[in-house]
Amino acid sequence: MGIMVLAQTDLRLDVSALDYVLVMFYFVLVLGIGFIARRSISSSLDFLLSGRSLPAWVTGLAFVAANLGAIELIGMTANGAQYGIPTVHYYWIGAIPAMVFLGIVMMPFYYGSKARSVPEFLRMRFNTTTQRVNAVSFALASVLIAGVNLFSLGLVLEALLGWSLQLAIPIAALVVLSYTFLGGLSAAIYNEVLQFFVILALLIPLTVAGLARVGGWNGLQQRITEVGGSEELSSWPGTTLTEIPNAFLSVLGIVFGLGFVLSFGYWTTNFAEVQRALSAKSMSAARRTPIIAAFPKALIPLVIVIPGMIAAVLVPQLTTLKAGGESDVTYNNALSLLMGEVLPNGILGVAVAGLLAAFMAGMAANVSSLNTVFTYDIWQDWIRPGREDAYYLRVGRAVTVAGCVLAIGTAFIAGSYQNLMDYIQSLFSFFNAPLFAIFILGLFWKRMSGTAGWTGLVAGTLAAIVVDVLVRTGVLAVSAQAGAFIGASAAFVFGIAVASVVTMVTAPKPEAELVGLVWQLTPKESRSHETTGEDAGWYRSPALLGGMVIALTVVLYLLVP
Amino acid sequence: MKASTLAALFDLRSVIALLFGVYGLVLTLLGALGTGPADLDKAGGVHLNLWTGIAMLAVAAGFVLWVWLRPPVVAAPSEPSDDTDARPGGH
Repeated sequence: MGIMVLAQTDLRLDVSALDYVLVMFYFVLVLGIGFIARRSISSSLDFLLSGRSLPAWVTGLAFVAANLGAIELIGMTANGAQYGIPTVHYYWIGAIPAMVFLGIVMMPFYYGSKARSVPEFLRMRFNTTTQRVNAVSFALASVLIAGVNLFSLGLVLEALLGWSLQLAIPIAALVVLSYTFLGGLSAAIYNEVLQFFVILALLIPLTVAGLARVGGWNGLQQRITEVGGSEELSSWPGTTLTEIPNAFLSVLGIVFGLGFVLSFGYWTTNFAEVQRALSAKSMSAARRTPIIAAFPKALIPLVIVIPGMIAAVLVPQLTTLKAGGESDVTYNNALSLLMGEVLPNGILGVAVAGLLAAFMAGMAANVSSLNTVFTYDIWQDWIRPGREDAYYLRVGRAVTVAGCVLAIGTAFIAGSYQNLMDYIQSLFSFFNAPLFAIFILGLFWKRMSGTAGWTGLVAGTLAAIVVDVLVRTGVLAVSAQAGAFIGASAAFVFGIAVASVVTMVTAPKPEAELVGLVWQLTPKESRSHETTGEDAGWYRSPALLGGMVIALTVVLYLLVP
Repeated sequence: MKASTLAALFDLRSVIALLFGVYGLVLTLLGALGTGPADLDKAGGVHLNLWTGIAMLAVAAGFVLWVWLRPPVVAAPSEPSDDTDARPGGH
């Protein structure tokens, strides 16, 4: 419903010629980066993994930007408008511990194994079948999610600038295609860093102006309390967010459902994220990548959740909606409504560029990770092994084109769904939760066999699909959000259970093949990293940085208990 | 000389500086010269274009300074990297 409504209500921003010039300038730079990055590409590894040459600040910001796509931006301002402060759980407990865990515990295995992708790591730890199962499901998920990104981008172009969907979707795909085709992962990552800054240039002035309009933080609190939303001003127990009425169970749901299964599943196994760290230039830089990303991640809700809350008290259509009245907008419109409400021309152009940047960041991350998995895991390791590297570089480029064309197709599939956020959540519970289960089991249990890898994966995915069907058909009477928590947990539990049983009846891999892939069999020195040259200095210690960001998160929680 | 100038131009930090420099300049000028009462009302009395413009110029200056203090390292004529496997050594 929300989607159709976008077009009817007057959301058209009052964009001036100057705003358009600012947006165009951004696009010129984005394409320019593609051309420049092209000069540095001579092998498939350059194209698909940036030749493992990037510094930690670049991969770290790309890591956070790849996640800061438009669905995130629009979805989380919507949550801010609807639920208020409890939305921060998605950023804090739902992200920071997992990101630090990835950097400190898991990265030594990922980066140290020299695997070029998550499926390749699975082949080393388990077997070829596990690699293929994961590669195919990942490729499918990437194309579907790229389509969601593209569709949402088309919607924004249509609603804000008045372009038709049929025109906006192919144009957006063409821009992403041009720079990833030319520059591969380097161009995607460089643009993600640029996008990170432009997105902040959208969010920070929006928050400042919004706060000025409502009389600062105190004024905002006052206005929210006036309309009876005082539970929106503290993060715990978050009963509105989880839709679990019992406070204790709600906290439990947030800590285990969101904070453990969903969050660890997403951050530690999602190749679109992990790939950014794999392209770092050293083990130390790779370990710091997710931890550096955790700092902006912890602070970003200040400029995403707060504008959402402001929109809910400032924009008349949203206050009506919130009071339970009839309104022709949904919470998904919160971001663009607030932009139109508080931003003057000029900064509005920067904001539109930022919004477009966010969409492209999401889609480029999907396309560039699809490239790598398809080229290495499906084509090189399975269908056409043993060709020269130039051949695989050409395959990589061809997959970029095919991926973008397919995304145009899946964009129109995504358009047939009523609620995009539910669609995405289901996809994550299908693919990420079972993957995390077998990953963590395989990392700490050396007996776990190769067959257990793929059977656990398939069993977990099936469990999540069953839960999804039960929720959709109403057999399991819970909200879509709680359904995603349950689905992910079921996938995790079934994945572990089936993998354990299968391990008991199959032969383990020889221990010699598991060195560097299983915790107990990996000597401590190869789990650590060099601390000389560009990796020297206390401020480059992953453990210290990890401790700092955890402390920061605790302090932030204390501010909004 | 030529190679290092090119490398400096194409350094990501310079690209960020260029984007924020141009945006900052446009917004600062617009904020200083073209802010009407309607714009001020919208942003709750904050000179939003002006302040954003100045902040962006500061960010651009920061990146220029960083490039200037730590010039980009020109990649050595890349090592014979045609190991067919194309997986780098590393540690």
